[in-house]
Amino acid sequence: MNSPVAWYRNPWRRPWVLGAVTVGYLVWSLLPVLVAVVFSFNAGRSRVAWQGFSMRWYYGDPLRSVWHDNSLHTALTYTLWLGVLATVITVPLGVAMALGLDRWRGRIPAGANLAVLLSFVLPEIMIAVSLLFVATVLVSPLQLGTTGQVAGLVTFQLSYPVVIVRARLLTIGRDYEEAAVDLGASSFGAVRRVLLKMLLPAIFASAVLVFADVIDDFIIVRYLSGDSSTEPVSVKVYNTARAAPTPALNALTTLLLVASLLAVTIGFLVYRLMTRGEKNAGGLDVFAGEA
Amino acid sequence: MVDADDRRRPPGSRFIWPLLALPGTVWIAVLFVAPLYVVVAILFGGTDPILREPVPVWNPADWDFTQFTYVWDHIVGSNPFFRPALIRTVVYVGIASFVCLVIAYPVAYFTARFAGRWKGVLLAALIAPFWISYMMRMLAWVNLLQTDGLVNKTLSAGGLFDVHVDWLQGHAFTVVAGLVYGYVPYMILPLYAGLDRAPARMLEAARDLGASRWETFRRVTWPLSRSAVMVSLLVTALPMLGDYFTNDLLSGSPSTSMIGNLINNSVLTPGQTGQAGAFILMILIVSIIPMVLYVRSTRSGADVMS
Repeated sequence: MNSPVAWYRNPWRRPWVLGAVTVGYLVWSLLPVLVAVVFSFNAGRSRVAWQGFSMRWYYGDPLRSVWHDNSLHTALTYTLWLGVLATVITVPLGVAMALGLDRWRGRIPAGANLAVLLSFVLPEIMIAVSLLFVATVLVSPLQLGTTGQVAGLVTFQLSYPVVIVRARLLTIGRDYEEAAVDLGASSFGAVRRVLLKMLLPAIFASAVLVFADVIDDFIIVRYLSGDSSTEPVSVKVYNTARAAPTPALNALTTLLLVASLLAVTIGFLVYRLMTRGEKNAGGLDVFAGEA
Repeated sequence: MVDADDRRRPPGSRFIWPLLALPGTVWIAVLFVAPLYVVVAILFGGTDPILREPVPVWNPADWDFTQFTYVWDHIVGSNPFFRPALIRTVVYVGIASFVCLVIAYPVAYFTARFAGRWKGVLLAALIAPFWISYMMRMLAWVNLLQTDGLVNKTLSAGGLFDVHVDWLQGHAFTVVAGLVYGYVPYMILPLYAGLDRAPARMLEAARDLGASRWETFRRVTWPLSRSAVMVSLLVTALPMLGDYFTNDLLSGSPSTSMIGNLINNSVLTPGQTGQAGAFILMILIVSIIPMVLYVRSTRSGADVMS
């Protein structure tokens, strides 16, 4: 029974091939990044040959480490700042829009709904280039730099809270809100004191998603950046990756990676805490925008 | 539409929803829809002869088609300057999407059906690339693919062979592989969501009734997952259309440039802004057609997002 043919014919054999493909995929997808992280600790200048462990490229090198090179740590703090700014604007705007679009019927909300959907699926370069044209060709309050970048990022990210909150509204249903109104709450009171409370986990999840997505953004922030002071990490990488950079660039991206993973991990744990005892509140998949 | 449900609501409830939706709607109208019109107005507008700056024309009656016909002539005309890049875009994106599907489908299937108690860990590992900056993932490959990099060292197998491939010097293979590496994670999740929803009972029934693995897949699993496959192809292929940075980082040569590179090269060049507009519009049209088809086939826009 141990012959290969019998093994192959066994209808309930373990799916070894699929398992191997999956493991192979994971190695291929994560190992290169791991190697990049390891080389950020290289003692020498090389990004291909290991020369011993050191923190030189983080703070040791007096000129070119992330800590001492002004352009590098500005890029990092600016990236995080953009993330905070965009999240703070996107989430309230998106949550209000989700609530409104869920109940408001007519042509305008239908159009708005379609536009949000499009802003999500159309290639990001379209938002970036069209806003770049607005900023450079027209006379408008939209300026290149932080204003333009935040405007573009919010436009692109608005769909996250809208989609996630609407999906959650669908599972909540109208019963609680109607009960509140029957018990004498105004519509606004019902939204504020009942719906918003129940939506809190979804709102929180969308905030984490938006933040983590914004700090990794490249297309929008590059076209709408004004000068080198408004160039976040991704743009720095793009500008220097092919020009013989030092491992400090690896260190910079490693720090951003840590920030990103921290935000998502803490976000996920807090989300689990918030939805404790709830069935079907959604697990990890909420954190991939799969709500 | 006022139904019985709405009538017993307190006064003011009619205005609260439009009021809530208004800021977001205005934002999208002003910063998403209107700017797209600006692109059109620039494409069909003129160019200032001295400053080489684009002059948008707002009224469709006054549109000037010079820039549009210029681009069009250079695609289909006798001097097809832009044609190779467009053909390359179709070929690269087509191959890359197909390879993505070949990799993503088994991974998503395994995760949805056989991962068992490892499912949570596996999902986390599959989602991880989402939270690693795209640029970092490309930087990782730029380092690995150097002529003296780890890929060539591995291929040399410790000096057994002498491998000195210049991976980063304008190879189509590197660009397509880079696209696959970059966009595969975005394909796995919608596929996983679709396959996870497929009822396991039906697959088991097929096997119980004597279908082989292959036949179960061909006649049950695949048809059940077809709409998930469509969505996942859309969400990977569309962003690839606008991609220029993968190409810039992994090749940097005009011999592999795609439509994204045409946009990126012309968008900041004085006097060529209209061309960028033409290419942007081309992507818009190419993206919207499959989306409309898909939305019509499912008859519910909400499905596209999940």
